[in-house]
Amino acid sequence: MTNTDDISIVLCGQAGQGIQTIEYVLTRVLKLAGFNVFATKEYMSRIRGGTNSTEIRVSSKPVRSVVNRIDVLIPLDKDALQHVQKRISPETIILSEAENFDVISEQGGCVCIEVPFTKIATDIGDKIYSNIVAVGVVAGFLGVDLQLVNDYIRKYFSGKSDDVVSKNLEAAKAGHKLGCDLTDSGKIKIGVKPNANVKDQILLSGAEAVASGAIAGGCNFISSYPMSPSTAVLVFLSQHAKEFNIIAEQAEDEIAAINMAIGAWYAGARAMVTTSGGGFALMVEGLSLSAMLESPVVIHLGQRPGPATGLPTRTEQSDLELALYAGHGEFPRIILAPGTLEEAFSLTGKAFGLADKYQVPVFVLTDQYFLDSYYNTARFDLSDIKAEKHIVRTEKEYRRFELTADGISPRGIPAFGQGLVCVDSDEHDEHGHITEDLDLRVKMVDKRLKKGNALVKDSIPPQLVGPKNYRKLIICWGSTYNIVDEAVKNLERDDIAFLHFNQVHPLPKETENFLNRAERTIIVENNATGQFAKQVKLHTGIDIDKKVLKYNGLSFTVEELVEKLKAFLD
Amino acid sequence: MNIKEFDMGEIDIAWCPGCGNFGILNTLKKALSEMDIEPTNLVLVSGIGQAAKIPHYFKTNIFNGLHGRALPAATAIKAANPALTVIAESGDGDMYGEGGNHFIHTIRRNPNIANIVHNNMVYGLTKGQASPTSQLGFKTQVQINGVFLEPFNPIAVAIALDASFVARAFAGDMDKTKEILKKAITHKGYALVDIFQPCVSFNKINTFQWFKEHTYYLRDSHQVTDRNKAFKKAIETEKLPLGIFYTNTDKTTFEENIGTYKKDKRPLYEREVNIEKLQDLLEKFKTLI
Repeated sequence: MTNTDDISIVLCGQAGQGIQTIEYVLTRVLKLAGFNVFATKEYMSRIRGGTNSTEIRVSSKPVRSVVNRIDVLIPLDKDALQHVQKRISPETIILSEAENFDVISEQGGCVCIEVPFTKIATDIGDKIYSNIVAVGVVAGFLGVDLQLVNDYIRKYFSGKSDDVVSKNLEAAKAGHKLGCDLTDSGKIKIGVKPNANVKDQILLSGAEAVASGAIAGGCNFISSYPMSPSTAVLVFLSQHAKEFNIIAEQAEDEIAAINMAIGAWYAGARAMVTTSGGGFALMVEGLSLSAMLESPVVIHLGQRPGPATGLPTRTEQSDLELALYAGHGEFPRIILAPGTLEEAFSLTGKAFGLADKYQVPVFVLTDQYFLDSYYNTARFDLSDIKAEKHIVRTEKEYRRFELTADGISPRGIPAFGQGLVCVDSDEHDEHGHITEDLDLRVKMVDKRLKKGNALVKDSIPPQLVGPKNYRKLIICWGSTYNIVDEAVKNLERDDIAFLHFNQVHPLPKETENFLNRAERTIIVENNATGQFAKQVKLHTGIDIDKKVLKYNGLSFTVEELVEKLKAFLD
Repeated sequence: MNIKEFDMGEIDIAWCPGCGNFGILNTLKKALSEMDIEPTNLVLVSGIGQAAKIPHYFKTNIFNGLHGRALPAATAIKAANPALTVIAESGDGDMYGEGGNHFIHTIRRNPNIANIVHNNMVYGLTKGQASPTSQLGFKTQVQINGVFLEPFNPIAVAIALDASFVARAFAGDMDKTKEILKKAITHKGYALVDIFQPCVSFNKINTFQWFKEHTYYLRDSHQVTDRNKAFKKAIETEKLPLGIFYTNTDKTTFEENIGTYKKDKRPLYEREVNIEKLQDLLEKFKTLI
């Protein structure tokens, strides 16, 4: 282990072996014990078998990004070792069943410690308990009080029989003792210290942050079709539908989902859809409908690698251009791309206000890495929460598409006031009725596009992190924020800063100025073609000097980004 | 209520002279005025096609959406404000072809809306291709050897899915059509009214005369609650039955099932975010219960 106060623990095994349970229970136990914690998973697109892994970072300081190194590896079967082979170094401590040692010896260099997870579990009653033995071992060597582990296990298995609960407690206890022995004997040295602040903080995933933000934004209608990695948002809102009076409907397809969302907004709801690239492709005509009806709509687009089915459970930032250019006809839109959990919460909430105010589609663009990652963070500020509503009570002669100076017509809804609310997917007059008056057509196109000017004015400026008098500037957007942040800190240089965009369209007006001040620019994107770099070029005329791109289905890790940035900086 | 409340005044109507749509338009206005449904409280939702233009000739709230997508929008409109009377109305191509998947799943979802389908067994707006309900052997510029796809039977499909109200009407008989429409609109739950409507421009086979000769009304003795008998009637082809085939009044509606209005009848637009509960939610991310 190179750094004893910032440990990367990787648990790896087959789907169905309980890796997700380990991640879930451990991250919560560690957070409750006051440790800074980060977790992310990578998994195969299957229910059983395959090899999945989860990385849990535990640190004395806040940790929010994935690293390549493994300090402690817990492989739950032989395949697991092969799966993470490239990440094993002489510094890696492997806690494993003895039967895996022959595979491990081929790795060379690492430190192997026998921990009979399966035997302990089988002695308790079933090998199924081995995942909780692993939880106990980790909690033990990190010095977490067994009582805290027990309390959480009771909570976690509260719906199960007494037998299941007591056997899991036994498993945790046995694992915990082994874990304590590992540090007592000096086999593992731990320097990670709990931090009092962490207890007051919250721990949640990107998907939970997006979904909670939607609630804060007044979302009361979600219609979607399940698709990885976006489903967790639908699940979360369904589970909280009762307490927040949300209509959560699983639609027959994505086409129905977006048409429902638009219908719901028409009648006064605040609706969203959550989907991924392939599902969004089916929504494209609906997106265009929202533009023509000038209906607000919020689209959470959780990206994964394409084309077509691509890598269903992996990550990529390759649907920016899809979101940007989707929909026939010409119309304005907003694309937000949160970089932190706090931003996922605040921007998703804001998306509803923006959609309502400007009567445009608003995207929240995330990806699998972002949605499936957890960390502890300061509790979100609710003092600014006001779900802005922009609907008007209609008068008798109400015209839904009244031509106004800024292109925004007051939005009425049926049965609220004396007017009639008419909307049409055909080109229409101010009343909302079909027209083929071509002069009026021009006025209506201009009206819709005019809203785009206001969107630019109201755009969220990018965030500069680092010295203001930077010479070299790294540009990134969306989910890469924390990875770039940690990589840049590791570089320890006073001439570089990074600029993160959480609004990628319309491109914030400050962009050009930031870029012009740099001697050299480099962009970091989790895609193959540098989609955001193309946008920067299009809107500022500036060619970014170097692109660091990754598109193997995984996010960047801190170490690889440090290496790639170094090569550029020297 | 005076039927004139629904009149748009002097407007240009895009239907061919003699089109069956005119009769349906007037009959629906008559039914709604007799039921005293206020234009401000009504939403007509349609897709694309000649029939789907009907909302533009109606003075009320309208949502003329995408081809085939009237039903999802109508479902959501009703769910967002159940006090509205919501009618989804379009042609056979729109509802049964482009929107076929939504037709199936809307029946399963059972929103309290009426679904009126102008069924002329041909595509009008695109000038005469076969529709899902075109009869076998029907020749068009595309189906040059005549239609060989089994005609879609919306009545049988709806009954098979246990739709809560299933009826067929004929645009040539406005009095009976009006009564069927009134029952469909009053019915609690999804109500399908498939209306045979001659297309004077593109369907020279299924004319007014043809429909007159090939249809008959279900007798008063027809048991509308007997699903098996209703299905038997639905698959008759020699002469096509008209009237109410089937009703199931025991079903709960989508708006009831979602639970949003159990304790609070207010439509969604009158509601605010519950900040207190949001605080509790964040608290749970802290205590991790």
